[in-house]
Amino acid sequence: MTTTFSAGDTAWVLAAAALVLLMTPGLAFFYGGMTRAKSVLNMMMMSFGAIALVGVLWVLIGYSMSFGTDWFGGLVGNFDKFALHGTLSTGDDMALAGTIPELAFVGFQGVFAIITVALISGAIADRAKFGAWMVFAFFFSILVYFPVAHWVFDANKDANGNFIGGWLNGLGVIDFAGGTAVHINAGAAGLALALILGKRNGFGKDPNHRPHNLPFVMLGAGLLWFGWFGFNAGSALGANGVAAFAWINTLVAPCAAVLGWLIVEKLRDGHATSLGAASGAVAGLVAVTPACAAISPLWAIVLGLLAGAVCALAVGLKYRFGYDDSLDVVGVHLVGGIVGTLFIGLAAGPGAPSKGQGLFYGGGFELLGKQAIGAGSVLVYSFVLSLVIGWIISKTMGFRVSTEAEEAGVDIALHAETAYSAGTAGSTGASFHPLGSKAQAEVDAFNADDLLARPSGKQTGKKINA
Amino acid sequence: MKLITAIVRPEKLDVIREALEAYGVQGITVSAASGYGQQRGYTEVYRGAEYSVDLLPKIRIEVLATDDQTDDILDVIITTSNTGRAGDGKVWTVDVHEAIRVRTGERGAAAI
Repeated sequence: MTTTFSAGDTAWVLAAAALVLLMTPGLAFFYGGMTRAKSVLNMMMMSFGAIALVGVLWVLIGYSMSFGTDWFGGLVGNFDKFALHGTLSTGDDMALAGTIPELAFVGFQGVFAIITVALISGAIADRAKFGAWMVFAFFFSILVYFPVAHWVFDANKDANGNFIGGWLNGLGVIDFAGGTAVHINAGAAGLALALILGKRNGFGKDPNHRPHNLPFVMLGAGLLWFGWFGFNAGSALGANGVAAFAWINTLVAPCAAVLGWLIVEKLRDGHATSLGAASGAVAGLVAVTPACAAISPLWAIVLGLLAGAVCALAVGLKYRFGYDDSLDVVGVHLVGGIVGTLFIGLAAGPGAPSKGQGLFYGGGFELLGKQAIGAGSVLVYSFVLSLVIGWIISKTMGFRVSTEAEEAGVDIALHAETAYSAGTAGSTGASFHPLGSKAQAEVDAFNADDLLARPSGKQTGKKINA
Repeated sequence: MKLITAIVRPEKLDVIREALEAYGVQGITVSAASGYGQQRGYTEVYRGAEYSVDLLPKIRIEVLATDDQTDDILDVIITTSNTGRAGDGKVWTVDVHEAIRVRTGERGAAAI
């Protein structure tokens, strides 16, 4: 198959990849605002830790395992492209993926891997050891995300045009930008970790568990939405009509989802809340992710309303079933991902770029069945593997901080930092010194009393009772 | 001498302070306080979960007054801080044995 390089497509995909990277710091704000003030830094660090670790893993083996030559009948890629081998040649002979350099595709897919891992951290807010989280992120990436990305996204064909990509892709499951690979995957893993770690102390009772900074949550949701245009429209891998189609759906579905969530809140709780608006936007974005090139904008509005309302109801499940999915990774990402993935089986229409006919367009139950297989297989695989990885970590190095550390706040216990010092400024009784042996020696030699006692020094104060 | 302590709505601080100044009060002490009275607190809702917040933010105003000023100052505070709704706060007085101005050592009414 011969393809030609397109500067326009390349420019868009590179920009889209940068937008998707911004989603993870956005997620850090979204999640950070929802935690207590004493654990906001740890919450944000789990996202930044995912960026650092998964970024490196992706270049080393992730891309190869996701998009390298297929192994085991569509289950995983091999290690032929270790450290991006075969994609780096420059000049005229640069390897292309479609009309863009393969390297641009590597980058675009890499930021998907990063945010998928970061999403999981919302289920274990306030109580996970940072080191254990990083170990989990390492094994989840290798054992779960890279294979699942291969299942869903790899559409490679051999020289004769025979399909040699991932098994879900080959089956005909429609997942344009990662409803299964990213959101169901992260949501199922989040549920597994919430069960492994157990509830926070005071879960469901302590009023201090409420979000400490809702403007952060709104800011984070805004950054996520902005980046999501790269996530969905970038998945067209070109500056074209498919990208525009996905873009419009990425606008309208979250808008409808905000309305859906707020209507449920107003009817159920009596108030339309800012946390609800931010959550509704994210729920709509999650749901439209797999569907954004498969359903018309009119159906995207229906999907958004549905996803907003369903997710608003689903976030209450944790109180009913007694698991502490702290920031509702299950209620928003797992449930939203399932709603969007299955909705394709109903409303996928002939006018949309992704070819497939849903139930409403005379396609019968075939596509719906495939979508269910896609959602179910990723859900079960991710949940079981995450449960095993999390269980092994909790039995070896321990996954959860001590009760004392949780009460004091994981920011101080894990990172030796605090986000805020309001109310204590100027009278903390604290001391400060630079770290390091030389600096420490100078600090030790320094004695403030010497300054006061020095006879030649400028002294303005009088001795009392002299 | 009396110490007048008023626990009032935070948003009423400015109007109370201006009224006290107009009456002739020289100085007041203001501090942040939190608490609840008969009406208790309020309820916040986050993703369908309710959190009841019982300790509400209040302002504590303390004024030293001579005995003959006390009733007038109480009137000023009560009329300016009253909204007619629950949560307006409380005012009380206690006897003060001595007051001393730190800078000059003046005592009693002169220190007020």
